[in-house]
Amino acid sequence: MLKDITLGQYFPGNSLLHKLDPRLKLLLAVFYIVLIFLAKSAPAYILIFLFTVLIIAVSRISFGVVLRSLKPLIFVLIFTTLINVFWSNGTTVLWQLGPFAVTEEGIIRAVTMALRIVLLMASTSVILMYTTSPIALTDGIERLLSPLAKIKIPVHTFAMMMTMALRFIPTLLEETQKIINAQKARGADFDSGNVIDKAKALIPVLIPLLISQFRRAEELATAMECRCYRGGGNRTRMTVLRFALRDLFVALVVIALLAGIILLNIYFPPLLA
Amino acid sequence: MNAAELRGVSYVYSEHTPFCKVAVDHIDITFEEKIITGIIGHTGSGKSTVSQLLNGLLKPSEGIVEVDGKNIWEEPKKIKNVRFSVGLVFQYPEYQLFEETCYKDIAFGPKNMGLDEKEIDERVREAAEMVGLSEELFEKSPFDLSGGQKRRVAIAGIMAMRPKILILDEPAAGLDPRGRDEILSKISEYRKKTDSTVIMISHSMEDMAVYCDKILVMSNSKPYMYGTPSEVFGRAADLEAVGLTVPQVTKMMISLAEQGFDVRTDVYTVAQAKKEIERLLKQT
Repeated sequence: MLKDITLGQYFPGNSLLHKLDPRLKLLLAVFYIVLIFLAKSAPAYILIFLFTVLIIAVSRISFGVVLRSLKPLIFVLIFTTLINVFWSNGTTVLWQLGPFAVTEEGIIRAVTMALRIVLLMASTSVILMYTTSPIALTDGIERLLSPLAKIKIPVHTFAMMMTMALRFIPTLLEETQKIINAQKARGADFDSGNVIDKAKALIPVLIPLLISQFRRAEELATAMECRCYRGGGNRTRMTVLRFALRDLFVALVVIALLAGIILLNIYFPPLLA
Repeated sequence: MNAAELRGVSYVYSEHTPFCKVAVDHIDITFEEKIITGIIGHTGSGKSTVSQLLNGLLKPSEGIVEVDGKNIWEEPKKIKNVRFSVGLVFQYPEYQLFEETCYKDIAFGPKNMGLDEKEIDERVREAAEMVGLSEELFEKSPFDLSGGQKRRVAIAGIMAMRPKILILDEPAAGLDPRGRDEILSKISEYRKKTDSTVIMISHSMEDMAVYCDKILVMSNSKPYMYGTPSEVFGRAADLEAVGLTVPQVTKMMISLAEQGFDVRTDVYTVAQAKKEIERLLKQT
């Protein structure tokens, strides 16, 4: 049951996307969301769609994995599509039943909205989740936020906390599964009974889990102190982030994409007035 | 009769994902009744998977798991009963303790079996005695005990279910030498007293040699050797081929033999080695 959680899942690889500077990737992810919502005309939508497919292809993450990451969105997608189809104001009525009118505008709005959600989810998960290791990600966040340290915000501490939290998610899941198995071996039943029975059944899992997490936190703190860790200060890094030529290249390509979308929006009529 | 049997069993972790890993690959294993069988092998050789397949925590991807001559997955809804008759003690079982008192923790398994108070009380006392826990500890919190005592409480928790087969995954891991001997001899006594079957996973060749009647060696997701300790440890070269080793006494006897002394090399306990060397000394 727990192995289905793909939170923060990273697929190690060696693609261009894997090698990009995480700082650039963070900025790009935000920029890309803006681009998705900038598209207005049909060719602009096609361009951003094709570019997203290109990103996935370059990352060498299988399309199946990306599609699976969209699974939790199915409900949201169906819901927004239905609302847009039935409750949009439009002039070209295609089909009418009482107060519900299906208009051409409504259908277009529904399709473009669904497309935006899908592209948004696929692009950010490929750029930030599947091709960026959690360590690189927090490193990137820390470096991007480092100007805030000037106004006495403990950026390094936050980044360290985040790194550790991310680092221990798989450990925590593994341990939970182990304790669940151990209690199952003693005949614990997690599936039958009403809500109260089920909540009670979790006690034999939660107590050992809490105790072991406290123990782990203490051990980790001791281990860090033994290595003389004392927060930010003048720490140097083993891998220093460097803005490489390929980062510049990717940044230029995305800026070209921005130009392309703006041009396509100007030269072609928007899908919705 | 055999206590348990695996026939053509395979198990694959995370099937159909990029992380899929074959843990055991079409294996046939028979566990004999009323003896202690030891399983040895490297990390990742499939030992722990075999133990979880036997008590139905893992469902085989392929093949049949039989306990007492019955396919345990015949009625998937009743798999819980299999877990009562095949008791599994995990590695570091002290991390599963959760109750306020040791007594309640040992009683958790029997309670899940739906037994009445009297029966539960009887079983808890019996199991506590088996592992050498005194009654003064019953009302103490398990978290106030020492590591060795916690381990005993956890093992007693499984014994109290009176399983037909008791499986222990590294029961002595992380204990000091005296704690090791105590726990392992308690397990050996338990087997004799209850006339049940015990399967024990361990890394320690010395422990295996002393306490097991039969030894199963696993390597690369498959059984590699099976036999009595002297049969298995008599094949030192084969064991070394898969990165395992023989007990230190056996190593010593082998090197004595290599230096031209006329000694047996299928010796695997200190007591046997002593006898053999005494015999040699008398000869000369």
